[in-house]
Amino acid sequence: MLLADLIRIKEQELAGRKPFVLRVCMAAGCVSSNAEAVLAALDRAVKDAGLESQIEVRPVGCLRLCCEGPLVAADPDGKLYKKVSPEDAVSVVKALQGEPAPVRTGDLREPFFEKQFSIVLGNSGLIDPERIESYIAADGYIALRNVLRDMSPADVISAITKSGLRGRGGAGYPTGLKWSTVAKTKSTRKFVVCNGDEGDPGAFMDRSVLESDPHRVIEGMIIAGYAVGAQQGFIYVRAEYPLAIKRLQTAIKQARQFGLLGSNVLESPFSFNIDIRIGAGAFVCGEETALMASIEGLRGNPRPRPPFPAESGLFGEPTLINNVETFANVPPIILQGPEWYASIGTEKSKGTKVFALAGKITRTGLIEVPMGIKLREIVEEIGGGAPEGAKIKAVQTGGPSGGCIPASELDTPVDYESLTKLGSIMGSGGMIVMDDTTNMVDVARFFMDFCVDESCGKCIPCRAGTVQMHRLLTKILNRQATESDLKTLAELCELVRSTSLCGLGQTAPNPVLSTLRFFRSEYIELLQPTKPSPECASTAEKKGAPADNKQVDGR
Amino acid sequence: MAAKTLTIDGQLVSAEEGQTVLDAARDAGIHIPTLCHLNGIQDIGACRLCLVEITGSPKLLPACVTKVQEGMEVQTSSDRLRRYRRMILELLLAERNHVCSVCVSNGHCELQTLAAEHGIDHVRFEYLSPRLEVDLSHRLFGMDHNRCILCTRCVRACWHVEGAGTKNVAGRGIQSRIISDLNQPWGQSETCTACGKCVAACPTGALFNRGATVAEMQRDRTRLEYIVTAREKSQWIV
Repeated sequence: MLLADLIRIKEQELAGRKPFVLRVCMAAGCVSSNAEAVLAALDRAVKDAGLESQIEVRPVGCLRLCCEGPLVAADPDGKLYKKVSPEDAVSVVKALQGEPAPVRTGDLREPFFEKQFSIVLGNSGLIDPERIESYIAADGYIALRNVLRDMSPADVISAITKSGLRGRGGAGYPTGLKWSTVAKTKSTRKFVVCNGDEGDPGAFMDRSVLESDPHRVIEGMIIAGYAVGAQQGFIYVRAEYPLAIKRLQTAIKQARQFGLLGSNVLESPFSFNIDIRIGAGAFVCGEETALMASIEGLRGNPRPRPPFPAESGLFGEPTLINNVETFANVPPIILQGPEWYASIGTEKSKGTKVFALAGKITRTGLIEVPMGIKLREIVEEIGGGAPEGAKIKAVQTGGPSGGCIPASELDTPVDYESLTKLGSIMGSGGMIVMDDTTNMVDVARFFMDFCVDESCGKCIPCRAGTVQMHRLLTKILNRQATESDLKTLAELCELVRSTSLCGLGQTAPNPVLSTLRFFRSEYIELLQPTKPSPECASTAEKKGAPADNKQVDGR
Repeated sequence: MAAKTLTIDGQLVSAEEGQTVLDAARDAGIHIPTLCHLNGIQDIGACRLCLVEITGSPKLLPACVTKVQEGMEVQTSSDRLRRYRRMILELLLAERNHVCSVCVSNGHCELQTLAAEHGIDHVRFEYLSPRLEVDLSHRLFGMDHNRCILCTRCVRACWHVEGAGTKNVAGRGIQSRIISDLNQPWGQSETCTACGKCVAACPTGALFNRGATVAEMQRDRTRLEYIVTAREKSQWIV
């Protein structure tokens, strides 16, 4: 396939467009609340009304406002129908012809959407993720064509470096530097790996990107393969994402049929293939060395670094491993130029970040915001603040590796350095909002529970240290702990952070450390007084009682 | 191969290129505690006891897998490292049931020796006291999971030296267990060659010769030399 073919497909696709489009969200969130039936009902309603030549009913990826699903967006009038049921289909179709819609109607110009800035999610909710033509019509694979025709691998790397893109998996390593290291390592066989093993509780950014725009990730990987000199790519997706896997399989098959994957990509001398590898449910396989062990068919255990994957990765060969969102950023950078990308965001954190906004907040869903936006804008303007009667207490970012940022720090800009300074991390993009009914010690214990369960067991600080921390947190919640237990907890946090083998263990204490830092009083209140006093007798009676979270929460 | 010069605990040490910090330290008579390391078997950096401080590195690095570099400055026993090692040993002692007085390896146990070396007279963490089984199904050997520290020396000896692939790790985190084949009783294993390398490799009383009673299990560590040299010298003992 050549550039002319791409343009021909794009023109054909655009010529076939009808004046009205009903975009039906078919991402996992809406599908789980019956979007498939809504799609079928809308199709039928259009047919029954005889408006097939006027109205296109298009299954699309994530429309973002997940709490209001199933969602249907209407073009060109910019209406967003919320919580649509199959019975609403007829009235939605009628509304296109000017009749008032009895369904819950919103507007695509609400603050939830207006405050966002889309690069990664640029096509999400607009194109049909199961049709490559739909992606090509949105300038898909043009970046790849430009790269293969006009750019040397060094040019591509220099563009990525200039853009200032940093790894979106959490740690924020400069992407250009990583690409250039892999490119410079000499080997006849190299690999490109896409990490789609998103596992933080409350995070669903990568899933949404894969479900909404799989071709974008594939295009990013092919460009990466060309830049670093690899011919084989692997996408590692967790088994819990069946819809993402299905759409990826479809997308890879279509890309092969169109000559975009396989031998001589776009009739150039460059060849590249992508295979999918499905995870088996271990969180630690999101750690790059464990992920590669898993692809090799071994037990998903991390190994010490160095050597880093760029030097010795998959099957001992130089390997480029990036997150889903990082690859999805690549085609726009090539198309619109690194200078454009570098103009968005802050000095050290460029571009945008996708977050999964969840928790005690009015509007939850998928959002993409420019780096440097204040947490307050996300929580209060996009998210609409706490539900009535509640007050926001903290925002948790970075999942079990992150921390809780107190409401008093909401004016912090969202960038890698600022979040790290607060003892949290950018993470892959989970953002959980907590209100004043939340007990922070309980939150710390929840994440510790997760780490206990997900530790691989290879190194002792993480395997046994997390269990001991969990026990101490439980003891505190049961009001059985003393000052010395709190000291031991802090010491364990330091040990596990400094001595664990991989990132999972090294960051496991973060939820405890950050709550100890900002919500220490909540811990102190739960401690037993050191000197026994007469009033203590009643507490002592309860000593043997099992954990009673209600009692703790209602304090 | 070029020689490298580095400083370990203030002492100038020369080492071969490609050597690990652990080997270089041991050659120079500097002791770094280890548990998952065994000469001749691939290192995995799991026990975290050999962590050292290296000037210029923000993270602690395991000496067993860190290669020497020219001009490297290594600290093997700062107060911080000694504190961490003590806590790691305490975590190990609290994890399963390490009751020395009734253990076959009493007096010949690496964990016990290290605990004594680090002055551990009590454990401040809660004992987890799990109820674990003892597998006595093998005609020659026994496996007591209560004493296992999951160093995986047995697994690596079985896979990389004997090549039998009998021993493996199942489960994860605190639930990890050393298993035989697909979690069968050891005695029913079809792959086990009964070579005994796993028993020779075990640092504690987890793997033992059947019939050994308390404190009797003295390992024939000289057999381990063969693990290192047998292939080079073509001296196969089994």
